[in-house]
Amino acid sequence: MPTIPFDSRLERREAALLAMWAFLVTEALFFGPLFFGYVHGRIANPAAFVSASHPMHVVLGTLNTALLMTSSLTMALAVRGAQQGKAIRLWLALTALLGLAFLGIKASEYWMESSEVAKASGAELTFYFLYFAMTGLHALHLTIGIGVVAWLWRHAARFGREYHAPVEVSGLYWHFVDVVWVFLYPMFYLLERYNA
Amino acid sequence: MSWLPVEASDIAARVDLLFYSMVALTGLVAIGLFVLMVVFCVRYRAGSSADRTNPPPRKKWLELGWTFTPLAIFLGIFVWAAVVYAAFYAGPAGNAMTVFVVGKQWMWKVEHANGRREIDELHLPLGQPVRLVLSTEDVIHSFYVPAFRIKQDAVPGRYTSIRFTPTREGEYWLHCAEYCGTDHARMGGKVVVMAAAEFSRWLQAGNENRSLAAQGFELFRRLGCSGCHVDSTVHAPDLRGVFGRVVHLSDGRTLQADEAYLRDSILLPKRDVVAGYEPIMPSFQGQVDEGQLNALVTYLKENR
Amino acid sequence: MVTVTNYLSDGFTLRSWLTTHDHKRIAVLYMVAITAFFFLGGAAATMIRLELATPQGDLVSADTYNKLFTVHGVVMVWFFLIPSIPAVLGNFLVPLMIGAKDMAFPRLNLASWYVYVLGGLFTVAALVAGGVDTGWTFYTPYSTRFTDSNVILVILGVFIVGFSSILTGLNIIVTVHKLRAPGLGWFRLPLFIWANYATSLILLLATPVLAMTLVLVALERFTGIGIFDPALGGDPLLFQHLFWFYSHPAVYIMILPAMGVASEIIPCFARRTVFGYRFMAYAILGIATLGFLVWGHHMFVSGQSMYAGMVFSMLSFLVAIPSAIKVFNWTATLYKGSIFFSAPMLYALGFVGLFTIGGLTGLFLASLALDVHLTDTYFVVAHFHYIMVGGSVMMYLGALHFWWPKISGRMYPEMLGRIAALTLFLGFNLTFFPQYLLGWLGMPRRYHEYPPEFQLLNLFSSAGAAVLAVGYLLPLGYLGWSLFFGKRAPANPWGATGLEWQTPSPPPKHNFEEQPVVTRGPYAYDPVR
Repeated sequence: MPTIPFDSRLERREAALLAMWAFLVTEALFFGPLFFGYVHGRIANPAAFVSASHPMHVVLGTLNTALLMTSSLTMALAVRGAQQGKAIRLWLALTALLGLAFLGIKASEYWMESSEVAKASGAELTFYFLYFAMTGLHALHLTIGIGVVAWLWRHAARFGREYHAPVEVSGLYWHFVDVVWVFLYPMFYLLERYNA
Repeated sequence: MSWLPVEASDIAARVDLLFYSMVALTGLVAIGLFVLMVVFCVRYRAGSSADRTNPPPRKKWLELGWTFTPLAIFLGIFVWAAVVYAAFYAGPAGNAMTVFVVGKQWMWKVEHANGRREIDELHLPLGQPVRLVLSTEDVIHSFYVPAFRIKQDAVPGRYTSIRFTPTREGEYWLHCAEYCGTDHARMGGKVVVMAAAEFSRWLQAGNENRSLAAQGFELFRRLGCSGCHVDSTVHAPDLRGVFGRVVHLSDGRTLQADEAYLRDSILLPKRDVVAGYEPIMPSFQGQVDEGQLNALVTYLKENR
Repeated sequence: MVTVTNYLSDGFTLRSWLTTHDHKRIAVLYMVAITAFFFLGGAAATMIRLELATPQGDLVSADTYNKLFTVHGVVMVWFFLIPSIPAVLGNFLVPLMIGAKDMAFPRLNLASWYVYVLGGLFTVAALVAGGVDTGWTFYTPYSTRFTDSNVILVILGVFIVGFSSILTGLNIIVTVHKLRAPGLGWFRLPLFIWANYATSLILLLATPVLAMTLVLVALERFTGIGIFDPALGGDPLLFQHLFWFYSHPAVYIMILPAMGVASEIIPCFARRTVFGYRFMAYAILGIATLGFLVWGHHMFVSGQSMYAGMVFSMLSFLVAIPSAIKVFNWTATLYKGSIFFSAPMLYALGFVGLFTIGGLTGLFLASLALDVHLTDTYFVVAHFHYIMVGGSVMMYLGALHFWWPKISGRMYPEMLGRIAALTLFLGFNLTFFPQYLLGWLGMPRRYHEYPPEFQLLNLFSSAGAAVLAVGYLLPLGYLGWSLFFGKRAPANPWGATGLEWQTPSPPPKHNFEEQPVVTRGPYAYDPVR
């Protein structure tokens, strides 16, 4: 029987939220060196980064952004639903489905881009490496998030007014994954792509 | 073995003054603190008859005092050390003799301007300001001459440099000071400082090579550089007098052409394209080694 | 003698230990594991000092020597020093000191130990597979393209153990925020808690950067993509910036908990409150913050710009200030005290002295012009060993002695404890002080053979290492002995303040019979008899 050191459910929920925030800080710093590498690359090789961004599929990227941000909305609705003791399965299912759609589009992009990348060299290759590394790491986190949301969906009956910390904590994680994408999208799809 | 290291460069004397001053200062502080600790431990040991009433939990003026006093002292040391440090990189330019040093696992290759080469040795004239331009063929190495108090990493993909003036004749240890693999500890040799006249004789003797600049000129033609850059239908920048010139780049930046710029232009020509020119120059990465780059750069520096 | 149920007697099977959620048992699991790694790293050090007793590289080959100093660094930094005080003493004491039943996330705590062990297994595997010869610093492009040693295996080990650090840090942060006893406001917390809290902040912020940096090294090595290798389009200085961005704060991970321990031991054995409690707490936070801003002082001759060097140098001088404040405050804590020279106190006094020397020599290295000569020489080796060994290891041992009665329920033999502390102090100075001189005289580091004029000082150093080894083996012996034959310890053998002493030795499984309530600040000692 595990020791529960908390005096109350409230205390335990607050601790869980603090823990998730602290964990998200570590995640931000885990992505950090890659962001730094991108800034370093763009400053050192501006021309190569511009030309490398031309073949990026901006329409698909924009669609993906819309899907992911909508999934944050549905997740937020799930969290609120849990807090108010309302039904949350629909919102959780939508969140997971939107996440899966994102992953599907991403996979198709990877498929199309791999031939483009094979031709690249030098600093253009750095751009593509960063693209695959950062969106890949993001996709990995998104996959974990979808798994978590699926687990919540399975056990949705447990959550209500009295007990909903797992939904809130998962919501924080999901929003973090969304925020990371909000940075990746302009970095790889928008910045200077229309420059010569 | 002398107990204090010899000072064989102009920088060394300045470094040593700072070092010994700091030894005195930190020594005083350390001894002072230890004496105080011992005095307290003896005076206030359990069972002694010292007065222990009202031990102070804090004393604001004392705490602020020992915060701001070290701060002032530290900033003073910082400035002193920074000023001496600047001399390693930004000494008087004009009359410094440039010597190229290339590190490779596990030896140092030295190239003097007249073409004379050395391995694991560096001969220098007394009293002549020197500028070492360092590069490496493989991993990071570090050129360290304790007697001169100089050290500079040789980093792959770029030039690094350091300046000093030898002030004492003799032979001094040269060590590699950045771990570089199996024989890192054996990658060293000696620096030999000789009187100016003797050095001139040494430089000429035993040198079958043409000067670095002449070697560079030969490479400049053989590799096809002159084909675009000299009297050509190809629109390429004129390289006469390029060294030291202010260059305007196509993306709006401006820089001064130094050795690093020349090196990058040969190996990474698409990076800093001159304004008004197309990025059509091919890269020579893999076609020239560090020694050949040094020759080309020297040629370009002297081609006025 | 009536046997009361305590955390040690609550199940004697191996299984009960390996599936425990009790923070005290997890602390003991960590203690056993890090002790094993300490002696592994120590064995490497022994070989190193044996080789360096003579100028010729005759004991082991150059490649073997390079692997020895690499394993010494990797094991000591990541598998001993970083976890030592936080994962052993922190895990054991944080809940007790704040009046809680356990850490906030007991299962995560156990998981962090298993993650540590897994990381350790990968690292040992790298060793068994033939070792790694890059140095613990993995500089590129040597580590990505030139060495053919088991870099990826050891990177996996270090990557995995990083998550153990992050989980420990996360647990400590949430525990300190959420589980303090009624009445225990932040400025009533023992400085040990402040120190481990600040350390946990650094663990959380710095470790992920190392994790990603190592991943990139492994990726470059495996795929040939150019990130850090200029021949493939990368930048070796990018690696150094990323690596030292973690590894400088890492040294504060290693020293802050030791400072926390000193602040517990010295007031106890001087029988008076610590001098300047608030400044001490702020200094801890100041060190943690400034520690993130100075990483470039490892790169003054790396080819980074002269101006960057100046900024990092100035910030490095600033970070020395809060450390100096702490040394002055510990000294002032002796004033008007009533001082007992117990073994923990000897360790703590030794710590203050050795940390002072190590810290003062840090000023030399922060000075740009001096660092050009001193960097990558034995001066640096001496500097960081004064802080890591003279500082952290001394205080880890001091902490083990101080809290041994609480952890084991037994007293260790006091006279042997004092002898061990003195042996350590003497052996340490004999080993490492000559290395300052060697560095000033120009002996580079990571050399398995050296110019003959350096032999005398190297001989002193190697002789000292033998004495140092005795200083480590003694406690291993008598602490182990005391588990079976030591006098049984009362709840508070030292008459110390602090909630951990208000419960039996060893504590019961849930720490306190009743929830403690705190009504006053820490260190309410009175030296007047």
